[in-house]
Amino acid sequence: MPIDLVANVVIAGLLTGLVYGLMALGLSVIFGVVRVVNFAHGEMMTIAMYASVVLFAALGLDPLLLVVPIAAAFFAFGYVLQAGLINPFITRPEHSQFLLLVAVAIIMVNTLLMVFGPDARNVQTDYQLESFAIGPILFDKVRVISAAMAVATSAALFAFFKLTLTGKAIRACADNHLGALVVGLNVKHLYALTFGVGAACVAVAGSMMVLLVDVTPVLGPYYTLLAFVIVIVGGLGSMPGALLGGVLIGVSEALAGLFIAPSAKSMFSFGLLILVLLFRPEGLLGKKS
Amino acid sequence: MSPQRRAYVLLAIIAAALIVLPFVSGSYVLSVATLILFFAFTGQAWNVMMGFAGQLSLGHSLYVGLGAYVAAGLFFHYGIGPWAGVWLAIAVCVAAGAAIGFLAFRFGISGVYFALLTIAFAEFTRIGFDHIDWLGGPAGLFIKVEQRDSWDLLNLRGTPVMFYFVMLALTAGAFAFCSWLLRSRAGYYWQAIRENEDAAQALGINTFRWKMLAVVISAAMTGVSGVFFAFYYNNLFPEQIFHISRSIEIILGPIIGGLGTLFGPILGAVVLTVLADGITELMALAGIEIPGVKQVFYGVCLLVVIMFLPHGIWPTIARRLGLKER
Repeated sequence: MPIDLVANVVIAGLLTGLVYGLMALGLSVIFGVVRVVNFAHGEMMTIAMYASVVLFAALGLDPLLLVVPIAAAFFAFGYVLQAGLINPFITRPEHSQFLLLVAVAIIMVNTLLMVFGPDARNVQTDYQLESFAIGPILFDKVRVISAAMAVATSAALFAFFKLTLTGKAIRACADNHLGALVVGLNVKHLYALTFGVGAACVAVAGSMMVLLVDVTPVLGPYYTLLAFVIVIVGGLGSMPGALLGGVLIGVSEALAGLFIAPSAKSMFSFGLLILVLLFRPEGLLGKKS
Repeated sequence: MSPQRRAYVLLAIIAAALIVLPFVSGSYVLSVATLILFFAFTGQAWNVMMGFAGQLSLGHSLYVGLGAYVAAGLFFHYGIGPWAGVWLAIAVCVAAGAAIGFLAFRFGISGVYFALLTIAFAEFTRIGFDHIDWLGGPAGLFIKVEQRDSWDLLNLRGTPVMFYFVMLALTAGAFAFCSWLLRSRAGYYWQAIRENEDAAQALGINTFRWKMLAVVISAAMTGVSGVFFAFYYNNLFPEQIFHISRSIEIILGPIIGGLGTLFGPILGAVVLTVLADGITELMALAGIEIPGVKQVFYGVCLLVVIMFLPHGIWPTIARRLGLKER
């Protein structure tokens, strides 16, 4: 197999992997703070993708500009979802929370199915097929833009958590729930804020992903599982881990598709997940609890 | 009457109704009833692991699929009937459950991580079966359908009434078995582990061993339901039988009905199946043919139950009937 083909596939996988990473970052942030596994994560991703499709068709605006309103709407949606629905479940057992989010996921997937039907939708921009070469390696323009957007959003998120007072307060909630209550933090508000931030991450990831793949409602559960795999591989609750996991899964999927069979590519990811869970359950970059 | 007495009376009434049912109902009601029993049985199996021992598995479709494929494969290729095949199916499921349990519990994986590990194994196997040509791969495995008027119990080929009674016997057996389990030493150990694993260990319970037992029993029972599935539906696709949505389908009943209770999985199966079929009928009556409407309604019902009845439906009803909540 020619080496430049492999290099091209690896680069494409890496760039897609960064978008995966941003999606998983949302899940990781939510789990790290709220301690609830968002089983509707992939479904939220597909909603963002459809939002982009619809707004693009209606307004004719560039999907890259649409990211801003979609992310803002998702932030509000995430805030309301956490404040209204999930906060009362914080003290409930895990299976209860899980079922709540499964119900939300079922409603989301099928509402999309009702509204848009089972057919694939996409966004067609005029720069979609453009690419540029550096040496022997060909870069898809949209992939590079998407990856850059993912990295920028992640960087903004890191900055938010490290530099702002609110970010610090959220980290305090994550570290010690009781302690956060004792020092007078409004934990419920901060949880809702966190879910909003996580949802906004997914929104950005979804708006980028729709440039790379066609969207159908059934992609939702698939992305949920993919996000689980990524955060577990990288470390649940670890932000750099989510990005690393995304890149690893993106590249390994691309390589498995090239060398084995495209249909076996997710088997590869799940195999990786099983290995990580068994030998390093806290994930590659996770902290031992 | 004591709660115990009342429970027996209730059981007798239900049993009598279920035995009479096929003689008074049409084929549609019978097929719904068989489906209810299937979910009641499978839910009971899952309940052993989660409801009794507190180990959340979200990958029980793995055992349904393995059981189904082993028995169907033997029948398809070698003509070995389900009564022989079921033992191999159980053996395979026990081996799979033991392997997953051993790996997970040895490495101290629990809670969310354990749940995700079970999903991972089920998904891994689903995609793996897509590549096993001997079992049909993604194109599916089909058992020859024979519409017989007689009951060929030996090969599990026969009328819907026969399948109904087979499933009824399995469900009744599972109910009796679980009720015995719950009152056995294992049952008390499991409940101790479920409530507080550290405390249970401190009392000298070998938590590893008893958790393993729960996984193995649950896997074996679920494997049996897979064998039934294969011979009832006559077709198997990895995409369907191993899919995570099937795992979720299995666990909804016990959770809605009442986790860790004996009647819960049965009641949950009744409520969910009747609800799902009722919605379908309603949609047909109203002439709505939009895909997804039914599932949205289903999701909303689920949401309402989980929000307002956190312990499931059964404990509420049991209190009304003056029965014990388990």
